[in-house]
Amino acid sequence: MKKLTLIGCVILSFMFAACAPAAPAELVVMTHSSFAVSEAVIRTFETQNNVKVSFVQGGDAGETLNKAILSKDAPLADVLFGVDNTFLSRAVEAGIFETYASPELANVDSIYQLDSTHQLTPIDFGDVCINYDKSYFAQHKLALPNSLESLTQPEYKNLLAVENPATSSVGLAFLLATRAHFGEGYLDYWRELKENGVVVTDGWETAYYTNFSGSSGHGAQPLVVSYASSPAAEVIFAEPPLTDAPTASILEAGTCFRQIEFAGVLKGATNPKLAEKFIDFLLSAEFQNDLPLQMFVYPVNQKATLPEAFVKYSQIPAQPAELTPAEISANRDAWIEAWTEAMQ
Amino acid sequence: MNLDKRIAQEGQAYGGPARWPISRFILWALPSAFLLAFFFYPLVKIFALTFEAQALTAQENLQIVWRVTRFTFYQAALSTLLTLALGLPAAFLFARFNFWGKSFLRALTAIPFMLPTVVVAAAFNSILQLPVFSALRQPAPLTLILLAHVFYNATIVIRILGAALAQLDPKLEQVSRSLGANGAQVWHEILLPLLKPALLSAVLLIFILDFTSFGVILLLGGGKVSTLEVEIYLRVLKLPNLPLAALLAILQLVFTLIFSILYAQALRRSSHPTAPRFSIARPPQTLREKIFVGVFSILLLSFFSLPLISLPFRSVLRLEADRGDRAQVQIGLTTEYYQELFINRRNALFYVPPIQAAINSIVIASLTVLFSLALGIPTAWALAKPTNLEKILDPLIMLPLGSSAVMLGLGLILTYGRALASPIFIPIAHTLIALPFVIRALQPAIASIPERLRQSASVLGASPWRVWRLIDFPILRRAALTAATFAFTISLGEFGATLLLSRPELPTIPVAIARFLSQAGGLNYGQAMAMSTILMALTLAGILLLEKDHHA
Repeated sequence: MKKLTLIGCVILSFMFAACAPAAPAELVVMTHSSFAVSEAVIRTFETQNNVKVSFVQGGDAGETLNKAILSKDAPLADVLFGVDNTFLSRAVEAGIFETYASPELANVDSIYQLDSTHQLTPIDFGDVCINYDKSYFAQHKLALPNSLESLTQPEYKNLLAVENPATSSVGLAFLLATRAHFGEGYLDYWRELKENGVVVTDGWETAYYTNFSGSSGHGAQPLVVSYASSPAAEVIFAEPPLTDAPTASILEAGTCFRQIEFAGVLKGATNPKLAEKFIDFLLSAEFQNDLPLQMFVYPVNQKATLPEAFVKYSQIPAQPAELTPAEISANRDAWIEAWTEAMQ
Repeated sequence: MNLDKRIAQEGQAYGGPARWPISRFILWALPSAFLLAFFFYPLVKIFALTFEAQALTAQENLQIVWRVTRFTFYQAALSTLLTLALGLPAAFLFARFNFWGKSFLRALTAIPFMLPTVVVAAAFNSILQLPVFSALRQPAPLTLILLAHVFYNATIVIRILGAALAQLDPKLEQVSRSLGANGAQVWHEILLPLLKPALLSAVLLIFILDFTSFGVILLLGGGKVSTLEVEIYLRVLKLPNLPLAALLAILQLVFTLIFSILYAQALRRSSHPTAPRFSIARPPQTLREKIFVGVFSILLLSFFSLPLISLPFRSVLRLEADRGDRAQVQIGLTTEYYQELFINRRNALFYVPPIQAAINSIVIASLTVLFSLALGIPTAWALAKPTNLEKILDPLIMLPLGSSAVMLGLGLILTYGRALASPIFIPIAHTLIALPFVIRALQPAIASIPERLRQSASVLGASPWRVWRLIDFPILRRAALTAATFAFTISLGEFGATLLLSRPELPTIPVAIARFLSQAGGLNYGQAMAMSTILMALTLAGILLLEKDHHA
């Protein structure tokens, strides 16, 4: 029986190896696990360039970047998608990307072009904002919080769920918004939030689906740190269809933080020319139009058109919090450590 | 006590150390090659790159090490004790009695073991929202962690100890009772010593699992507490300090090694061959037995099914109707979430129908069972009657459980690079995690095969094949089923994204669930619940199938 099992293993492993496709020209794109795209869009790129695009995912954004940095001598892919502005400086300092200035950048607002060395190209952005459960505030005839400060008021006691910035990128974004707004006083603010019963979860999934009362999980908190595009997702993924979003975002100045995602050509790419073409493709109208409904983020290309549900239910804050990637990179660890200490 | 000693002496007299070094070599060739290639070498590589001796002298590092280590031990010890408190009587219940719905209840207890943590948390949450539990709304993180650990790991006691209890000759008990021993004496002097190897195996596995607990601590700890495994993850990815992470990872490996050595020593002092027996379970007879069976099975049923039942419930229940327009939530039944699973609404490149995700999961789980039995049976065989060298190798078998997934993942990247994206690495990674379970489930059973039976059979003219078929196989079969159940469920529930580079076109069910839960919206939540229900149903079916003959 043992022998049979062994032979079975050997045969199966060969079958598995044989299943792996071996196309002549292959472009390997490494992404975080939230990456999504329409099939038709990728197929267009493949036929236009006579290439097979294969994707590998390396975990969340931080894990993926880490794996790319660690393997720089024998790169895992040709293109990396998914470095955000909180990791931008670390990624650039690691020196794992080739410089490439895509001609498509002409259609991209300069506020997104944060890497002057052109190692990383901006592709999309999304705002981390506080979402609220409309029906809770209507039922309780409670006014919406209109600033970060108001969240420490007694009427909002035990109503807010946030993510731990040490484990969650959404949590980190909100911590950065408070750091930008309060400066050195941000820890005092967090102590007041703690006094006021803020609930801290490990990640977005728990905060949104377990704690937030506006989601299908029907949790206990009517306020949650999420994305400005989440209300649009609530409409798009509703059954039966909704005529209005059950949630909305608080967009007051300084309460949101903008995440910008970048892509770059990895040093040692087997086919750098194709990799550069793929960066152009990521900025092309075709891919940019596809972004919102796949990943619930906004295109950076000004020529891209937004789907109707996005225009109607997703809002863009006029004044998100501002911190430069260099500031974030220099201080993020210290801020997170201090936050962890203060919230113990 | 005398009986005990006599059996032990007989075992030693007949089952001495091996006489065939070449056969030992063959037994070890495959398992050691596997562990070297996919575990030891990648780990050495990553430690060589990241470890710095200065990390040992930094004051703040040592403070973190002390704080984290202390909490890790504390919660692991408490969790293990509580798991035993529930698991021991449960194992006894399943091994000794037949009652209506037994197979189902037994299979039910294994389900939490493979459910993704985030799903379990969602399930617990929907239960805590019932008005009855309103007082428990905000329990302390430690309470939740302990509860979750018991919920996850009780199945280990039930299965490993259950397999051993089922092998015990009830005559031992009857004889000692007829000689005047009371219940406590029977337990203390007959049953416990005989059960010791299995009990130790179970305790070791549970303790190491609790010791290296990750998802539960991250999810339920609220960022206030962290174990070694969680801290390593944080120090690699979120607050990068690779030398500290390497130090913590080495420490965790050393602790795991120490537990395993202690275990091996304790085990060596107590290996008892017992007569192989078929099922000794019978319906409860006395009133006391009936009460025990009735009360305890209801207790188990509610502990394991209450949180789980909410998943299938929520997968067909709609609480969202017209929510945006009216404050009132309307409740309705729907099959929409299941139907939606089959629709690629956004024409997404990585969409796979649930059938395909289920097939992926089952193929990978079956490969994991094959791999881990192919590697585990020879290893357990060699370790059951170890030579001196093997006594040293024994504790090393447990190390994959004690290694940090993040560190090992980086080591694998350094070693295999792009090749790591090959699908074959998925069952390999799952086998790495399942192997310690498989070996520890097989080892006590193999050690219990009485050498004298084998020898008498040979003397009476049986061929080695016949000996194997008639004596070794029946005993091995039961333990192999337990081992296979572990490998199967571990693989079904394994998320594994941290460990590998994943091919998004080949998602397993847990990966599909995580994808649904990563975006907002009622349909996504409903589909995650539907997928979780499918995962539960698959596991139930798998376990019922694997354990079908178990109680026949």
